[in-house]
Amino acid sequence: MNPFSSGTRLSDMIRAIRASKTAAEERAVVRKECAAIRASINENDQDYRHRDLAKLMFIHMLGYPTHFGQMECLKLIASPGFPEKRIGYLGLMLLLDERQEVLMLVTNSLKQDLNHTNQYIVGLALCALGNICSAEMARDLAPEVERLLKFRDPNIRKKAALCAIRIIRKVPDLSENFINPGAALLKEKHHGVLITGVHLCTEICSVSSEALEYFRKKCTEGLVKTLRDIANSPYSPEYDVAGITDPFLHIRLLKLLRVLGQGDADASDCMNDILAQVASKTESNKNAGNAILYECVQTIMSIEENGGLRVLAINILGKFLSNRDNNIRYVALNMLMRALTVDSQAVQRHRATILECVKDSDASIQKRALELIYLLVNENNVEPLAKELIEYLEVSEQDFKEDLTAKICSIVEKFAPEKIWYIDQMLKVLSEAGTYVKEDVWHALIVVITNAPHLHGYTVRALYRALHTSCEQETLVRVAIWCIGEYADLLVNNAGMLDLEDPITVTESDAVDVIETAIKHHTSDVTTKAMALIALLKISSRFPSCSERVKSIIGQNKGSFVLELQQRSMEFSSVIQKHQNIRSSLVERMPVLDEATFSGRRAGSLPAAVSTSGKSSLSIPNGVATAPLVDLLDLGSDDTPAPTSSGANFLQDLLGGDLMQPSAQPVSGMQPSQAGADILLDLLSIGTPAPVQNGSTNGDLLSMQDNNAPIASLDTISSTSPTASSSMMDLLDGFGPTPPTSEDKGPTYPSIVAFESSSLKIEFNFTKQSENPQTTDIVANFSNLSPNVYTDFLFQAAVPKFLQLHLDPASSNTLPANGSIKQTMRVTNSQHGKKPIVMRMRVGYKINGKDVLEEGQINNFPRGI
Amino acid sequence: LFFSVCVDITENELAYLECIHLFVEILDHFFSNVCELDLVFNFHKVYLILDEFILAGELQETSKRAIIERMSELEKME
Repeated sequence: MNPFSSGTRLSDMIRAIRASKTAAEERAVVRKECAAIRASINENDQDYRHRDLAKLMFIHMLGYPTHFGQMECLKLIASPGFPEKRIGYLGLMLLLDERQEVLMLVTNSLKQDLNHTNQYIVGLALCALGNICSAEMARDLAPEVERLLKFRDPNIRKKAALCAIRIIRKVPDLSENFINPGAALLKEKHHGVLITGVHLCTEICSVSSEALEYFRKKCTEGLVKTLRDIANSPYSPEYDVAGITDPFLHIRLLKLLRVLGQGDADASDCMNDILAQVASKTESNKNAGNAILYECVQTIMSIEENGGLRVLAINILGKFLSNRDNNIRYVALNMLMRALTVDSQAVQRHRATILECVKDSDASIQKRALELIYLLVNENNVEPLAKELIEYLEVSEQDFKEDLTAKICSIVEKFAPEKIWYIDQMLKVLSEAGTYVKEDVWHALIVVITNAPHLHGYTVRALYRALHTSCEQETLVRVAIWCIGEYADLLVNNAGMLDLEDPITVTESDAVDVIETAIKHHTSDVTTKAMALIALLKISSRFPSCSERVKSIIGQNKGSFVLELQQRSMEFSSVIQKHQNIRSSLVERMPVLDEATFSGRRAGSLPAAVSTSGKSSLSIPNGVATAPLVDLLDLGSDDTPAPTSSGANFLQDLLGGDLMQPSAQPVSGMQPSQAGADILLDLLSIGTPAPVQNGSTNGDLLSMQDNNAPIASLDTISSTSPTASSSMMDLLDGFGPTPPTSEDKGPTYPSIVAFESSSLKIEFNFTKQSENPQTTDIVANFSNLSPNVYTDFLFQAAVPKFLQLHLDPASSNTLPANGSIKQTMRVTNSQHGKKPIVMRMRVGYKINGKDVLEEGQINNFPRGI
Repeated sequence: LFFSVCVDITENELAYLECIHLFVEILDHFFSNVCELDLVFNFHKVYLILDEFILAGELQETSKRAIIERMSELEKME
């Protein structure tokens, strides 16, 4: 014995390590011991090898590197004695894993040990093999394991079966060798061997489908019988857990039955009785019973359809849901989500309980219950569910609120039975948890609001009230400001009152007050303030009496450090002060935002074209713009309130570059775009390709495009478009010269017959001014070729991107029989000389009250125009 | 003291709760009122028990009595 070898016993070392007060101390102890062990290894010391390896294993468990001990394991395994082998194998399993090459060296020792006479050593070897063998080892040693499956000692048989599982996992092809022995194991009486046999068969079935078929045919009956015996067996102290005999075996058998019954009607039939028995007779007050019931429910849901059993299963899940134990409820919620695909009606019955779980204190149960509720919502139950969820929103915790808000918004949007309900619910959510509401959600809300003209008054009044109670919710403030700006007149005049409303009196200055508060509030961020500025501009236009006050409020931001706010306040002040004549048309009512486009864009897809339908507040006789017809126009002009930067880029792409209009065109109908992040970009908006201008009647506060809709399919016809202008300045300058009339005739062009049918003929006469070759004046002559009188005559035209079209009012909108009327229009061709003018036109009129529509494309413009 | 078990996602969680319970019972019987120190100082024996209880990731024996008997046999060998 070497007096200098490591003298400490294992327990002493452990004690020393545990006594260390700091990490440095512990490292010192470990280092000393490792050094001693390394010295001992170098000297090839036989006596203490056992102890050294035990120490090394402890050190490894603490996390220190111990690779120098790996060869020691091998030497120990090769020793003849049981204790050394034991420690050697343990070291092998702890210190090595299957990726190490050293493992290969053990193969021979393992083989010898598998054939050993001492069955405990055989057990050791099987153990080691089962825990860490690699694919090559598996191949080499599989025959031994196969042989051992039939060994007389049940302990060995058990271990061999489990070892076989590992082998099959590593080398699936070897599974065929184990099919027959596996089937034999299923007939065992000894529980340990039986359960390992069941494990083995389950594994084989998952790997090979022929084996699955084989087991299905041969073994299903036997398994059912075994399960029945176990379930009916009397009390056995050895296997009893909480009054149930061997619940583990129950569960494993149920699992194997599930694998066998899935997809096969005959096998499923076999099992129905025993499944029903287990499901109904098992006591569920202890965890063991619940575990069995859970497995049983899983099996029932996976095998072929049996109505009665399924109902039983879902009832069990329902009972689980009301259990006080969180584990059970968690398990039930998980299972119910899977059960939804199978039988959603039954799950609906438990909706109330699930709703209770949403309010639970445990976070993982809350989450799962919320997901489950989300899947359960349909048109019938959305109203009460939404109500409950919103009520809960008020009391829920912060970290859950975000999730809950997102889900509520999604539910409300998808299943809203009518617009007013949707608006109401969203208002409540905004008041409660506005800060958690995402951008696109409140943008969608605004889109819906614009699409519901009869609700505008109601909405703006409700928002006004809400603003007074919950002004700290940023999103609510934004939506409210936008609506108040847009519909301020409805707010003050109490227009469009619904029956269920209480009248409120809001004066014009109240409206301004509210917005002023929003601007000045310390929590308002840049977006809100920017939106407020625009809203003030709109109000100043709708309520001219407040202009001065509005001007001063806006003026306060002229010195703001934020560029956006400063620019807006400068520009708007300028508009209010110097350009009253265009102010009203600048801030006209927004056109209805097209929901389809908006959701398409939201989903990331590019809409083919945009059709905007104008709001119908005032109708104007005839001088009307045209509806952008789908294939020609790409109006990036529907001011969606979601001008994300991708949206803005998309605009630029669509509009294809520079579309400056050099000529002086009246730019009526310009809509300042919605507040949004890219307000700047929109203001500079590279504008629209074919702004279709209407002959606006100036001075008309809400001057609107006509909404004469002879066709049922079109909601309204007119369009407005925010036109291009490189900057506000250009726009404003552009108002200087009045549109030139056709005095100065330039080169003349032959007139064309633009359109001819049996009932109508249209002629175009062209004139150009010499100083402006890009602009052409057209006088259109509409001739009625029939003996009927045409009333409500409406001419509309659409042109591609590079053209600008301006229509003056027609001379009349009644076409007498065989008579004619005239209409003037102006076309500006930005690609003059490169591309000719083309135009699509549509004519609508009434004969004796019946609508008629004619349309066509005009391609025969003279060249050079 | 915490027991961590790593299981497949398709496994029955409640069953493994029972497993842990059984394991602790065996430990308790073997060490007579087991405490944490027992586990630390006799880790190789704990592994011995574990080897008899679970192998290749699956349950090996469900009878407490059988495992205890086997353990006493093995102890004699050491």
